[in-house]
Amino acid sequence: MPRFLSSIGATERWLILVIACICIGLSLATDTFFTLVNAFDLLNSSAVNVIFAAGLLVVLVAGGIDISFAVGASVVQYLAVIVLMKLGGGNWAIGLILATFFGFCLGAINATLIYHFRIISIVVTIATFNLFFGLLMFFTGGVSIYLLPDWMTRRVILFEYETSAGWAEITLPVLVMAVVVLATWFLMRKLSFGRQLFAIGDNVEGARRLGINIGAMHYLAYGWLGACAGIAGLMQAHYAQEVVPNALYGRELEVLAAVVLGGARLGGGRGTLLGAILGLALVAITQNGLNLLGVSPYAFRMIVGFIILVAISMSGETLGFLTERMRRSRRADDVASGGAE
Amino acid sequence: MKQILAQLLSGKSGPAAASVPSARENLALVAVLFGLVVLFSAISDRFLTGATFASIAYQLPELGLLTLAMLIPILSGGLNLAVTFSANISGLVLAWVLMWGGGADAGLTALIPAIILALVSGAVIGWVLGAVVAYTGAHPILASLAMMIFLRGLGEFLTRGGSVSGFPPELTWLGQGNVMGIPVPLVIFALCVGIWALILTRTRLGFAIYQLGSNLEATRYSGINTRWALTMVYVLSGIMCAVAGIVMASRFNSVRVGHGEAYLLITVLACFLGRVDPFGGFGRVAPVILALVILQVIGSGLNLLGTNQHLATALWGGILISVMVMRFIWGRVAGRMR
Repeated sequence: MPRFLSSIGATERWLILVIACICIGLSLATDTFFTLVNAFDLLNSSAVNVIFAAGLLVVLVAGGIDISFAVGASVVQYLAVIVLMKLGGGNWAIGLILATFFGFCLGAINATLIYHFRIISIVVTIATFNLFFGLLMFFTGGVSIYLLPDWMTRRVILFEYETSAGWAEITLPVLVMAVVVLATWFLMRKLSFGRQLFAIGDNVEGARRLGINIGAMHYLAYGWLGACAGIAGLMQAHYAQEVVPNALYGRELEVLAAVVLGGARLGGGRGTLLGAILGLALVAITQNGLNLLGVSPYAFRMIVGFIILVAISMSGETLGFLTERMRRSRRADDVASGGAE
Repeated sequence: MKQILAQLLSGKSGPAAASVPSARENLALVAVLFGLVVLFSAISDRFLTGATFASIAYQLPELGLLTLAMLIPILSGGLNLAVTFSANISGLVLAWVLMWGGGADAGLTALIPAIILALVSGAVIGWVLGAVVAYTGAHPILASLAMMIFLRGLGEFLTRGGSVSGFPPELTWLGQGNVMGIPVPLVIFALCVGIWALILTRTRLGFAIYQLGSNLEATRYSGINTRWALTMVYVLSGIMCAVAGIVMASRFNSVRVGHGEAYLLITVLACFLGRVDPFGGFGRVAPVILALVILQVIGSGLNLLGTNQHLATALWGGILISVMVMRFIWGRVAGRMR
């Protein structure tokens, strides 16, 4: 097996296989799926989720979980737009800095509660999920903002190409997604900080005895997710051209399902960026394909849920787990029957 | 001190939580509840009236039944994120059987099979989820999330996002009537709490559930059929979701997919507030009920003060954080005194 293939984990290989089957099926069934326009549309519309996923992966690898990030992104949207309006408009640079900063602060709130008060991450983030969302809805009264700065609602096309099916375009969210994914990859694979995240995710006490600063790692992980969520929030506002308080409500569970489907272990220590992206791709491509096949939109969620259920029941890891269990139980049976004789 | 720190750092409050006497752990929650009641009655003179308590009594069971459905999976070391949509699907089964039996004119002959089928549908959903969790080794969060997405999609597909309504008066009685002045939903809730307490403290399965949450492998080695027990955890959860679905259907006199969706994370919050160990293995029913009453008092109290539901949601989150922080500080202080 070529070296690059052996470096891809079992879950990822399994996902690539499933996605390839779905893609081939869709290319044969529809003549619109396998086009540049559709591929670019898929990229543009999934960019926000991929940014969320990159951030969430860092927290999952560090042994935590975060439910509050999507609602946090909505809070960031409001804060950023209000501050930008106060500043008299601003531009992309200021917007991104503000979103990153506010997002980091919200993540730091989670990190503070988790690290300094030793509360388990799922408890903290379910509490902050309700806190953020409740306060956001209370203060905004559920009112959306349609009056955004001009630069924010203007579509930014980075690359376009005319095909027979229309213009294939790549817009700004895709570039931001690429930057965030690259930065996250660099953090997790190349920086010692990132390797330390894996260490605390695998064994907190062991990592502490190695001299890793656990507190700083918490702020890094949750702050990173917060910053990613802030950026994703800004991109979502740009993409939708409006800020709606409950637009991202419920997104956290969809992203979580996709990232965990991609092999990130709940409990920490394991997870790859490729897997997270593949998990999201499986969901996005399925939805896109159903749309092109003309299936009723009401059936989308059902089919996506079913595919995830089947995928987790059949993944290579599970099969390995099952065979190992069978072998072990057979051995146990042998021992039991041997003892009886 | 170092030992305590190490224990805290390991993330699991297991042994510490288990050594806290149940009386004291309830006492703290009662104190919070008492403080809230005093606070609300000081702010509004309409709080300490029958109307407030009636509204609490009718609203508590919905959230309460879903929380019970969440409790057993958490005790077993998992989580069931499909509770709300599972309740919706069971509600839909109930509604369809009733529609088939004559809608608003359907008598008891249609109602009883409808309720039984709704409970069976809940059990089937729970069984499938339990089997996926028990036999494939998938993490319960992932499995139940996938189930949640599937059930929600199934419900939306079958109802096209609309609602089913028009039920016989016998069913509405379940949600809105009362027996000797006690609201029927509250009676149903009390019964379910009793059954849950009985299962958890007095049966082999209940014992196995706590053991699963503490250490699955050790439980398996001790001769308990962990796959069967795990499956049963989700079957029980599914049945309780169905009960919640029936009560919700009867209270609103309609079923819509998405009813009670916002309760999903609140049920987890209530369990944690009621001192259930997030990793499973430790937790009792009584403190969870107290936590539920606290949440409902906040909701009804704020409603009375004229603020909207969202402030209550924020406060629910805030209360959980402050209780956890207080517990941490209390643990520190107690540790120093020792």
